[in-house]
Amino acid sequence: MSEPAVEEKTLKGISASPGICIGKAYLVDKGGVDVVKKYYLKGKKIKSEINRFKAAVKKAKDEIHTIIENSPEELQQAHILETHLALLNDKLLYGKTIEIIEKEGVNAEWALKRVVSNLNSIFQNMIDSYLKERALDVAHVSDSIMRNLVGVEPEDIAAIDKRVILVSDDLSPAQTCQINLERIMGFITNRGGKTSHTGIMAQALEIPAVVGLVNATTAIKNEDLIIVDGNTGKVIVNPSEPSLVEYEERKSQYEDYKVGITRESHLKAETTDGVKLEVMANIELPEEVVAVKNYGGDGIGLYRTEFQYMNRAEFPSEQELFDKYRDVVEVMAPKSVTIRTLDINGDKAVANHTSYDEINPALGLRAIRYCLKKPDVFKTQLRAILRAAAFGRVRILFPMISAYFEICKVKKLLDQAADSLEKEGLPYNREIDIGIMIEVPSAVVVADSLAEKVDFFSIGTNDLIQYALAIDRGNRHVADLYQPLDPAIIRMVKQVADVSKDKGIGVFMCGEMAATPHHIPLLLGMGMDELSMNPQSIPQIKRVIRSLNVKDSQSFVREALKKKTARGVFELSRDAFGGTLSEVTFS
Amino acid sequence: MVTKGQKKYKVATIKNELGLHARSAAQIAHIAGNSAASVWLKKDDKMADASSIIDILTLACEKGTKITIIIEDLADINILDAIVDLVDSGFGE
Repeated sequence: MSEPAVEEKTLKGISASPGICIGKAYLVDKGGVDVVKKYYLKGKKIKSEINRFKAAVKKAKDEIHTIIENSPEELQQAHILETHLALLNDKLLYGKTIEIIEKEGVNAEWALKRVVSNLNSIFQNMIDSYLKERALDVAHVSDSIMRNLVGVEPEDIAAIDKRVILVSDDLSPAQTCQINLERIMGFITNRGGKTSHTGIMAQALEIPAVVGLVNATTAIKNEDLIIVDGNTGKVIVNPSEPSLVEYEERKSQYEDYKVGITRESHLKAETTDGVKLEVMANIELPEEVVAVKNYGGDGIGLYRTEFQYMNRAEFPSEQELFDKYRDVVEVMAPKSVTIRTLDINGDKAVANHTSYDEINPALGLRAIRYCLKKPDVFKTQLRAILRAAAFGRVRILFPMISAYFEICKVKKLLDQAADSLEKEGLPYNREIDIGIMIEVPSAVVVADSLAEKVDFFSIGTNDLIQYALAIDRGNRHVADLYQPLDPAIIRMVKQVADVSKDKGIGVFMCGEMAATPHHIPLLLGMGMDELSMNPQSIPQIKRVIRSLNVKDSQSFVREALKKKTARGVFELSRDAFGGTLSEVTFS
Repeated sequence: MVTKGQKKYKVATIKNELGLHARSAAQIAHIAGNSAASVWLKKDDKMADASSIIDILTLACEKGTKITIIIEDLADINILDAIVDLVDSGFGE
């Protein structure tokens, strides 16, 4: 008897982490819990059915206790898990299920399922979306009871003994701290976008991930053979022989490619005509310096400092900030570390200090505007940065400067911070380079006057594009209008670069535009001195730079500036550099 | 044994940004779990058992919601006060 033929299916999602993997699917969420049978019980059997239910709840509790005990303390998930523990004993879940078993003489699985679907319909009718999502907590808890009733081992994730591809609706915090990551080849999820938790984790682990597949958990069954292509966002279920051969080939090509770019990533990024560019890293956490070193970063072009101000009741102390900055500065020395001062906005601000209800936070009290209104908070950070500067090479970067008077005020505060350190006799270094982010269109227009006050400009393309084109990238109705190659953007970047050369200051770029291979000829031709990006992109961008020369890039810029549409610029770039780029990048 | 001047209910307003969510509901349920008789939360005309997290959640109390906390036995007056304090303090968040 031959096996029934299975047909190859292709699912399309969002690529969240690059790479290719081929392996068996492992469905995380349900573990076969979905199909629940109903049967009737009589007399004594009812009593033992209730006990079976109680035992399953007890087991579910034990599991949560174990997770809590085994989780590293810094994972802030304990509260959620404590709540889950309390939910397990809740009258409406626990009591109600027992009541149904008793009154109707049905099996525990069926009773639990009825209770949960009733609760779900109540939650689904709620208007408040946050409270509506609390149904997920209830679902999570009831799933764990159900797994114990039907005897599916939930610890499977931790105990998987072969390497698998995790298929899930979305990965919950409890699941992520359970996963034994060496056993996971890749992630695919129904939900999530490019910046979801799953994607960030996969990138850190350097395994492929495709998210936002919508129906992965229904289209894929446990043990199905699947191919995950994190470069294109494709997932192939039950691949045919030719597809398997094709992807095995692509996979080994990609691995060769990665090995190749990583091997040469410690070398300088120098064009074929001998111009050297610094390729730096954007980081948020001190721990990321390890990745920066591994990927051959020439320094840190953007150290975001918001993290220490988030999710807490009080502002961090000077000592706390100093310790973190010093860590990074010392590890990176003698390479530069560019510390950007607090770029906080409404949704990120310290919990107890969000007293401003803003209709339009992007145009509101954020970044330098916020800091200038809170000079004490700002000076604490400035002092911490100046002190850290005594331990290596530090540059300071001020975000969202939109006018000349702002940089004047900022420099005055920096002087005051230095004076106070001098008075107290603490070690510090005032001889550091000062730069500003160019991310507001007005700063582009008055770049010549701003240049007189600073040592460098760093162009933040993400915000500059948003403000210049009046496009909110998060709004799907207009997201397609967000075009880094828009002629308006290219001219602005060119203007900033020209002013910098004219005034003899450095010009850097730290937005996503700098991490995209086909934008590099443009940036090279305009004369960027430094590009800064997420650490993982560094090896690839270094290789791209090594394949280009400044002379061709400059004449390309001259032609590109004549184009009237983003499309036109893109086509010009493709015709001129498409061949070279496809040789040195993976496509 | 009803003492004059002691009421069996008090009104409090939810102050937390996210409303009465699972963690805060768990804190109420924990306190109400020690009561002698039933403790209820009332929002508009809907009542919920204060010792059940899920029942509390089904009231869908957003920030700014006024809830009435009701006890059936004056022996639980301390529990009533403790819940009111908890809600007033924004659940210590």
